[in-house]
Amino acid sequence: MIRLEHLTKHYGSFVAVDDLSLEVPRGVLYGFLGPNGAGKTTTLRIIAGILRPTKGRVFLGGDDVHDRPLSAKSRLGFIPDRPFVYDKLTGAEFLRFVAALYGQEGDAVERRISELLEVFELTVWKDELVEAYSHGMRQKLIISSALIHRPQYIVVDEPMVGLDPKAARLLKDIFRQFVHRGGTVLMSTHTLEVAEAMCDRVAIIQHGKIVAEGTVRELRAQHHAGGGDASLEELFLKLTGGAQVRDLVEVLGDGGERA
Amino acid sequence: MIQPSLWRVLEPKWRTALQRLREERSRGPGRLLILVLAASGFWLGVFGILYRILKYFRGVEDVGPLLAGKILGVVLLAFVGILVLSNVITALSSFFLSKDLDLLLSAPVDWLRLYCAKLGETLLHSSWMVALMAVPIFVAYGVVFRGGPLFVPYAVLTVAPLLVLPAVAGSALTLVLVNIFPARRTRDLLSIVALGAVGVLILLFRLIRPERLASPEGFRNLVEFIAVLRTPTSPYLPSEWAAQAVMGFLRGKIDLLPLALLWSTAGSFVVLGATLHRQLFAPGFTKAQEAAERFVRGTLWRRTVGVMLAFLPVAKREFVIKDVKLFFRDTTQWSQLILLAVLVVVYLFNIKTLPLHRGESVGFFYITLVSFLNLGLAGFVLAAIAARFVFPAVSLEGRHMWLLRSSPLDLRALLWSKYWVGTIPLLALALLLTGLTNVLLQVQPFMMAMCLVTIVGLTFAIAALALGFGALFPQFETENAAQIPTSFGGLVYMMAAIAVLAAVIFCLWQGVFQYVRAVYLGRPVVIDAWMIWWFAAAAGLCAGVTAAALRAGLRRMERFEF
Repeated sequence: MIRLEHLTKHYGSFVAVDDLSLEVPRGVLYGFLGPNGAGKTTTLRIIAGILRPTKGRVFLGGDDVHDRPLSAKSRLGFIPDRPFVYDKLTGAEFLRFVAALYGQEGDAVERRISELLEVFELTVWKDELVEAYSHGMRQKLIISSALIHRPQYIVVDEPMVGLDPKAARLLKDIFRQFVHRGGTVLMSTHTLEVAEAMCDRVAIIQHGKIVAEGTVRELRAQHHAGGGDASLEELFLKLTGGAQVRDLVEVLGDGGERA
Repeated sequence: MIQPSLWRVLEPKWRTALQRLREERSRGPGRLLILVLAASGFWLGVFGILYRILKYFRGVEDVGPLLAGKILGVVLLAFVGILVLSNVITALSSFFLSKDLDLLLSAPVDWLRLYCAKLGETLLHSSWMVALMAVPIFVAYGVVFRGGPLFVPYAVLTVAPLLVLPAVAGSALTLVLVNIFPARRTRDLLSIVALGAVGVLILLFRLIRPERLASPEGFRNLVEFIAVLRTPTSPYLPSEWAAQAVMGFLRGKIDLLPLALLWSTAGSFVVLGATLHRQLFAPGFTKAQEAAERFVRGTLWRRTVGVMLAFLPVAKREFVIKDVKLFFRDTTQWSQLILLAVLVVVYLFNIKTLPLHRGESVGFFYITLVSFLNLGLAGFVLAAIAARFVFPAVSLEGRHMWLLRSSPLDLRALLWSKYWVGTIPLLALALLLTGLTNVLLQVQPFMMAMCLVTIVGLTFAIAALALGFGALFPQFETENAAQIPTSFGGLVYMMAAIAVLAAVIFCLWQGVFQYVRAVYLGRPVVIDAWMIWWFAAAAGLCAGVTAAALRAGLRRMERFEF
């Protein structure tokens, strides 16, 4: 279980996360939605122990991430939105290094590395320096690294960015199987179709606060969007105030038809 | 279609620079004051030395001004050489690897505007330091030869084309190289060639032993020296034209030909450079996007460092192996070892050429004094090396902190690994430098033991200071490790390291002086409470600084936010 209690984060006078409380039960794939700058990434980075909250607490299982960081983090796999990896390590070396950070080594790790590289179709690249990898390949490598120590919780920020359709489908399957086996996933995404298709529950966040929470069906019922069968996109736009349609003709011009 | 002005094309660059200045200013006047003081100290030092040399030359009739002109020619030639190398490396970033290129190339900006904008950027980035360095040199010439206020614009008019020429030549050379090799491999190649060239230059300069010039009876030597050096008097060298132009003005015989040559050559270079750019930039840029394919097995470090560190927990061991691999796979990092090796050779050569053991025997006092000063100098060299290799260690982890902070790695383990990866090579170097120099100086066993123990303590303290200050003043956005020590934090670290060095040497001198006096007066050396107290104070200082610096670094790292 991932539990957030009154989580607050200030950057100077700017409030990025505002008294946010949330509970993601075991075996659930939870979607974290919101417009740009809503506070999703900040929240996920606090959960991963990268940022310290101004107020509030984060629990992974029974462990407070900031009071008992080592125990909490050993059960977590974090996938950031920007794939910064050591350029001068090879893919296999990077995975070996990450396994070591979790205290794992030996033949079991080597087998796990081969397995993950095979699944993400990186086997032929395993001895090549990461500096030669494309954005999507780096993203796959980071996803592999988050899985290498067999975590119980996965916190993932925009997982589909840069992935080809095949890898995106693979990731969806991995996450579904992961929660099916009792794991917990908290995932932020902009791709509402992905959230709608994959997530058991979603929360929509704006200005650092949760403005709606539940299953997609519950949210539809609560907010009477589109007469009950509205898409998540319509619901999202209604809740986040993005439904005011600008005069697109004015924005786009005349489509380059000028002589 | 109306083209954007050069100013507009470079807007992201200069706006970023302005923003950085604003940020620096908002951090209070302390930083600015320290920077101004350090720069003024450096300028005054260069000015003072050159002023004395030129004043001496000026007193020598006929030949004096000629020699001053020759020296200016050599200095300017060295500047041009450094500038060409520096421009070649900078042009690679600004023309081929810079992040604004995708935007500029997809916009309807014409090739000539792009060339001029990027040439300007390259020139500014690679020349500002040399231009600043030239200021006290020209001021010294202006003051000694009474150039008057008009000398200032005249010197600017002379130096400006001298900066343009290497910028065009360097950019053109890069353009050709990128069309032959992939850009990233070109960068590797260039950093080795550039540092190798600088190393050879330093070595040659030292082996020529220019200190002979300073000896009063050295005038004959000076002439010989100039003859041996064969100062380039080629009429085709722009640095010679600039030297002629400047010396002509200072001697009241203004000759416009060298100035005309400088400006017309600079102009034609820009035209030729632009033509080459038009032909080769597009294929070169496309090629620059290719990454260098490098398949690596990486078993060497695992079999050596990995086996040696088998007793450590896996996280610490892998962290050390990772740091060693990253260092040796990054050409811009390890190639600096070439320069380091040259500096060590020069250092040992300096000690060897000291006139201590020639002819009649020199007093024991002087040998001890030199050995003691050598300790301070070795400490300073170590501090400078730690600034380059240990200080950036925390900053270089910046982009990867997401991984380290989200994993169960204890930050103490991270700091521990960084500390030992930096300290052990530094310690080996420290012992080598101090041991060899003391052997060359033929010091007494007491001094040898004292120096070796002290340098060990100092190395621990200096490495901790470098790592601690590196964490207190991190530069997470800088990708180039070589730029990190030149930041404000780097300067503060160097000042702190020098202060610690001075304090330790002060403590030791109290004890050593008693030993020297006893030996000098032929009395038996008695190790008493006074001596032990000062040695203990020096040891305590080293241990205290080590612990405090590492602790402060760890505290700061715990508060890092990304």
